[in-house]
Amino acid sequence: MSKYTEDDLREELKTKEYEYGFFTDIKSETFPIGLNEDIVKAISKKKDEPQWMTDWRLEAFKAWKEMTEPEWANVHYKKPDFQSIAYYSAPVAIDPNKTLDDVDPDLLAMYKKLGISVDEQKKMNNVAMDIVVDSVSVATTFKKTLAEKGIIFMSISEAIKEHPELVKKYIGTIVPIKDNFYAALNSAVFSDGSFCYIPKGVKCPMELSTYFRINQGGTGQFERTLLVADEGSYVSYLEGCTAPSRDENQLHAAVVELIALDDAEIKYSTVQNWYPGNSEGKGGVYNFVTKRGLCEKNAKISWTQVETGSAVTWKYPSCILKGDNSVGEFYSIAVTNNYQQADTGTKMIHLGKNTKSTIISKGVSAGKSQNSYRGLVQIGPRADNARNFSQCDSLLMGNDCGAHTFPYIEAKNKTAKIEHEATTSKIGEDQIFYCNQRGIDTEKAIALIVNGFSKEVLNKLPMEFAVEARKLLEISLEGSVG
Amino acid sequence: MLKINNLHASIGDKAILKGINLEVKPGEVHAIMGPNGSGKSTLASVIAGKEEYEVTEGSILLENEDIEELAAEERAHKGVFLSFQYPVEIPGVSVTNFIKTAINATRKAKGLDDMPAKDMLKMIRDKSELLEIDRKFLSRSLNEGFSGGEKKRNEIFQMAMLEPKLAILDETDSGLDIDALRIVSNGVNKLKSKDNAVIVITHYQRLLDYIVPDFVHVLLNGKIVKSGGKELAHELEAKGYDWIKEEVNA
Repeated sequence: MSKYTEDDLREELKTKEYEYGFFTDIKSETFPIGLNEDIVKAISKKKDEPQWMTDWRLEAFKAWKEMTEPEWANVHYKKPDFQSIAYYSAPVAIDPNKTLDDVDPDLLAMYKKLGISVDEQKKMNNVAMDIVVDSVSVATTFKKTLAEKGIIFMSISEAIKEHPELVKKYIGTIVPIKDNFYAALNSAVFSDGSFCYIPKGVKCPMELSTYFRINQGGTGQFERTLLVADEGSYVSYLEGCTAPSRDENQLHAAVVELIALDDAEIKYSTVQNWYPGNSEGKGGVYNFVTKRGLCEKNAKISWTQVETGSAVTWKYPSCILKGDNSVGEFYSIAVTNNYQQADTGTKMIHLGKNTKSTIISKGVSAGKSQNSYRGLVQIGPRADNARNFSQCDSLLMGNDCGAHTFPYIEAKNKTAKIEHEATTSKIGEDQIFYCNQRGIDTEKAIALIVNGFSKEVLNKLPMEFAVEARKLLEISLEGSVG
Repeated sequence: MLKINNLHASIGDKAILKGINLEVKPGEVHAIMGPNGSGKSTLASVIAGKEEYEVTEGSILLENEDIEELAAEERAHKGVFLSFQYPVEIPGVSVTNFIKTAINATRKAKGLDDMPAKDMLKMIRDKSELLEIDRKFLSRSLNEGFSGGEKKRNEIFQMAMLEPKLAILDETDSGLDIDALRIVSNGVNKLKSKDNAVIVITHYQRLLDYIVPDFVHVLLNGKIVKSGGKELAHELEAKGYDWIKEEVNA
């Protein structure tokens, strides 16, 4: 038997297509391409929204028209033509009174392929699912159990109708419609997403989970998530994504707003695995996301993300530490391979006294990819005794990839304590040989080393998610040995 | 067990091994000594299958099978173990997790299922006792922040867990104080049996007081120039290598 070299491995893996790359042919009702006031109105009408929501969208659209795309990120791509995208697509014939049995069998088969069959989830995982296929929620489970605790967990379209007072009070307060180009666009055309409200003092008894999925070719996906944890409540929210492969680039511009009122705690975990494009850098999702949370007094928001997908990522889950003694955390693993580009990090805005933030960012770059950490730690003048600890580690594989760190620190209060640590390392031939000598093949060795590197972040994920995340890391880095 | 015939190996254009002949039988301990740069560590790496070395001539037989074409992990599956002179660090991967991965990879290659957790735990307990290893040590990241002694003890612990047929100890005594040397050597001696074999690579005779060799070979400029019993090691300790160089050149 001849030696199985790195070149063989690389060659073999080149043909390995994206695992979740399939397309389910569900009849969709899609709007004509392009964006104007009429389309915005039509989306709102389609969803049977109240006038205030329509007006809000139109205001956002007006703002968006005046804005230009941000260009400061360390990413290079062909800008999407916003007039060649269809802004609304929904699987047809959705009846909210339907049970799972009535759901399109093709759709159910697709869930199965993804390993997220709702039935299975119901039985095994004790996870309430609000599944979003393209733009409309088609199945919601565990609603009853949650309702008993007074927890509201539904699609944002439903919430706009059923709980307008809550949505109206909070939407756009953390990410204003004029916040940035993509947030404005999202505000104008958001299709659906999730809404969650945890009442005072309630600890949500289960992890809330949403699977997003882009399905229709050429359809932009604009999710809107609003999560409110009332005083003294707790919730852990999971968000996971896979998308079928596409040749043309797909735009994904989500907005997530979190509100943690006094003494509340929100854990928000994401595993992101949008289609990254093929090994030549063709196709793949553009992921331009705005995620931000507000902490009132003694509140805590913890963002954990595992980012392995997308061709281009632009994402900075942030915390505004407004209340005294509030805590913000950001734990991130971003893996890029082939021609992927990621510019991701966080903003920790310390406004209250004794506020604390922790940033642990792990970037793994392979192939010809570029991976950037961009983070802002800002200490306001009133934020006495604010503390931040940041750690940014980069792991490189091969000689053609890049790792970049852009930390910004602005302290306007002399009592602030800010620490920043950064390391860059490379997976060495010696490490690989050491593992090989113990009987561990090269692919497994890389998975082991990367998992070790990412451990501090993986440990922050809920159990089921951590397992999935480990698998994702392995899949994402196959064939990346340098 | 191991039969090396006329082995030539080079790295890049540089020839390092220039015709090694060596036969190791089950139950034997062989010591390979020699000055710096004589090719000792290269020999260990070539037997273990490190890719950057190219075998240009000769053969390596393990239990009569030519292993020259096998990848390093396949040789490991067949029972070759190398205790590294400079064990590498793998941050975030615990000693336990690493050895578990290694054992199960070998089992998988043999068509076996993963070792049941209960058995793994018992084995870890037994072997760590044998090597006087504190259990806390096992949860630390592999070799990260380990002292020289801890690194070497960890190598021998892995050897104990993997139960190789052929163990090559590359400069296991370097960086060890006398207590660590005793513990490591005791470990190796306890693991020795009539069915396995050990090759000890060392600069100094000191280690051979503890791990007593059946044969001592002197490696010089890529060749074994002299072989003998354990007394040869004492002679080298007393007289150095120059007299052998002269003998060879004469």
